[in-house]
Amino acid sequence: MLDQTLEVENLHLWRGERHVLRGVRFTLQGGDCLEVTGANGSGKTSLLRTLCGLIYPEEGRVVWNGENVRRDLPAFHAALAYLGHEPPLKSDLSARENLRYWIGVRRRISAAELDAALLRVGAGSWCDRLVRTLSAGQRRRVALAGLALLIVPLWLLDEPSTNLDSEGQELVGTLLAEQLARGGMVIAAVHQGLPAAVRAARRLELAA
Amino acid sequence: MVPGFAATATTGAAASALEAARLALLRDLRLAFRKRGQLVQPLAFFVLVTMLFPLAVSPELSRLRELAPGVLWVAALLASQLALEFLFRDDAYDGTLEQYALSGQPLTGLMFAKTTAHWLLTGLPLALVAPLAGLSLGVPAAAIPGIIISVAVGSVALSLIGSIGAALTLGMKRSGALLALLTLPLSLPVLIFGARATQLAINGASLLAPLELLGALAVLGVTLAPLAAAAAVRISLE
Repeated sequence: MLDQTLEVENLHLWRGERHVLRGVRFTLQGGDCLEVTGANGSGKTSLLRTLCGLIYPEEGRVVWNGENVRRDLPAFHAALAYLGHEPPLKSDLSARENLRYWIGVRRRISAAELDAALLRVGAGSWCDRLVRTLSAGQRRRVALAGLALLIVPLWLLDEPSTNLDSEGQELVGTLLAEQLARGGMVIAAVHQGLPAAVRAARRLELAA
Repeated sequence: MVPGFAATATTGAAASALEAARLALLRDLRLAFRKRGQLVQPLAFFVLVTMLFPLAVSPELSRLRELAPGVLWVAALLASQLALEFLFRDDAYDGTLEQYALSGQPLTGLMFAKTTAHWLLTGLPLALVAPLAGLSLGVPAAAIPGIIISVAVGSVALSLIGSIGAALTLGMKRSGALLALLTLPLSLPVLIFGARATQLAINGASLLAPLELLGALAVLGVTLAPLAAAAAVRISLE
């Protein structure tokens, strides 16, 4: 994955009357981590959603491996994983079922991989419970298991440590460090900084 | 923690579009069977409306048979509307649609899978209980197979038309009325040809012509509706 590059050129985004993104630009290569910070409403989530192609910016472009992502969005989407504020889980399915359907839509996964991922995030004893009976932290752990199972070069994460206890935050750090070590990229919008395992991250501060 | 996790997470071929659609369909079916209340509502509405009609109009058989095609199809149309609001709403709230849009899979195929699940959970059961509704309206037993087939084919078109409306009204609060305003006019051809097919079945005549037209509407829906629904979903995610 080391030869991947992401170039963000002069992104401008308006939401109604608000000029949310004002000429955002940066370049990332395999193994790079970008920490996006800023006050509430400064556009961290909008930036992540613009990067992954859910929002069209008024100006600027996102270039993946030398190609404007708009030329082949499905190919770009196949290379990224986006985790928003809320884990994309169905409350009437168990943690295991959720992962099987969510990740299965993107890639073939074996039962052993699924079990290993659930154990990894500490969900071994409760992975067959309905998600609606889980705490916010447990749901976040299930989402992290999904993230680890996706195996894609670009991770876009919105507050990945939200609702997690100290062990969970350590897990986030380990997952991010593994992603970077295998040559992947991480862009994470955070309020309280990234875990210690990824302190070498570059920082982009958005003004409110 | 499992020490070998990183090693296990290094393989895995991309899922095919067909496999992705199959999983989206299975997920919706499984969720629907966990929330049976939502499943039963349209059916109960359909049966109740058709059973109340004879009480309100007249128990006279010839009069009921005359009204049966219209009553059956208006009830079926409104019953299918009841379930439409839920077609994409939950998926929009919990981030599933976002993940579908970012999955690298054709969103059109995933929308088609979701609409198929909707038809299996609403349209097909409506066709299966149509005999009960028909008999309460004095429809002769010989007409029942024709009614089942016409409701089954017509409800495919209704689900597909409805999917466009449901996708267009995503993100709007209290979208029920707007959804009905959008989809009911588009559903008029289905209502007309469906009622005609039922009328011919009651009269013991061949219902091939209206059935073919219902089939054509269903094919047109299969071709265009998932594309339109996918485009509307993408817009709603912005």
